[in-house]
Amino acid sequence: MATKSLQALGHNLADPDNQIAFFDQDETATSFYEKIKTYGFTPLKPDQVEIFQVNMGKMCNQVCAHCHVDAGPDRKEIMTWETMEQCLDVIKSIPSIETVDLTGGAPEMNPNFRPFVEELSKLGKQVIVRCNLTIILANPKYHDLPAFYKKHNCQVVSSLPFYKESRTDSQRGSGVFKKSIKALQMLNEVGYGKPETGLELHLVYNPAGAFLPPPQEQLKQDYKEILAADYGIVFNELFSITNIPISRFLNYLVKSGNYVEYMTKLANAFNPSTVNGLMCRNTLSIGWDGYVYDCDFNQMLDKKINCSGQHLTDLPIDELTSREIYVNQHCYGCTAGAGSSCGGEIT
Amino acid sequence: MSNYYDSKDLAKFGEITTHQKEMGEKFFDWYGEVFKDSALSAKEKSIIALAVSHAVQCPYCIDAYTTDAYEKGFSKEQMMEAVHVAGAIRGGASLVHGVQMMNKAEKISM
Repeated sequence: MATKSLQALGHNLADPDNQIAFFDQDETATSFYEKIKTYGFTPLKPDQVEIFQVNMGKMCNQVCAHCHVDAGPDRKEIMTWETMEQCLDVIKSIPSIETVDLTGGAPEMNPNFRPFVEELSKLGKQVIVRCNLTIILANPKYHDLPAFYKKHNCQVVSSLPFYKESRTDSQRGSGVFKKSIKALQMLNEVGYGKPETGLELHLVYNPAGAFLPPPQEQLKQDYKEILAADYGIVFNELFSITNIPISRFLNYLVKSGNYVEYMTKLANAFNPSTVNGLMCRNTLSIGWDGYVYDCDFNQMLDKKINCSGQHLTDLPIDELTSREIYVNQHCYGCTAGAGSSCGGEIT
Repeated sequence: MSNYYDSKDLAKFGEITTHQKEMGEKFFDWYGEVFKDSALSAKEKSIIALAVSHAVQCPYCIDAYTTDAYEKGFSKEQMMEAVHVAGAIRGGASLVHGVQMMNKAEKISM
């Protein structure tokens, strides 16, 4: 189990340029660009922005084995209040934005997390918090997070890689399953996951290893039955997400000898009907330092949006829908099978 | 032959059509049909396939259906139980012949 980020370990794959170089020399699969070109999807262009996803920092209380952010307690990069104010300015200037999706790291560890949510709430935007659950129990100052989320009607989206302790802990760390169950019970206590309250609690499944996720609907029924029977937990939807072969998960694939088989599987499962629904087509992803990307994965590969300005302070809003989205081999992860996005399956 | 089994050969399964295209293609069409959702779900068929893979001791099938069972949402505990089912049937198949042994022994005994 990882205890430090790749960056803290001085690992070669901590550097986005080395990940891109890895893709450049890899011949396992046809180039993703060429693949989508054969279906007429190039240049890949976005629709209007509906989701403004903010990565509030790489600091996290967990060191998950698959984390594409390479987040962890040793990462100190977090968004400043000044950058949050720049986010608010941009959100106000793009009326099509309906949802602000807060991620990290653990976004709650940013000292300005709560004031930022309060400001977003005043704007009338739907706020999604990607909560890793264990943060709620990590320190007494976080114990009231469920009540805070409720106050601002935040949608809570939380990873629970499996309904069994061993598979969850193998990915997210020893003891994470039990703490996650406790945190889910705390969220249920304030009304989350109960249909009559309107407080939405969604779980995220992602495979704990080099395999693709099961069909979302079937898995949701298994989760609902087992979590209710064993722990009395209720939730709304289950999002089934494919692991993207970058950063820590790429390192795992290479180290465990699974890279070729996994990449071949992703490429063979390419589904052209997922392309129009890719999250990069309706999302803007903001880095902790205010730079703008097509998606959280491109952000971690440090591939900024293809526009004349790439930062919140000089973002050319009129260019956004005409820009070309950056693609590379990692994109096979979002187009495999039923597709994968931050909201689960695409098709 | 330096090795009788090579995990890379699993990806070459489709090549069995090389010298008998028509029969090979019919096999793969039938195989695909067998594993679709029908009276049994694709998920149920996956765990049956995993158990049978162990009963017939096919290393390619074990690799393929271990991954498939994970991708259908089965836990390790469920998968190991399926292996026990295969083992129980194999063991039972031997032991039930003990009746034949006893019958024969009885017949030839005074």
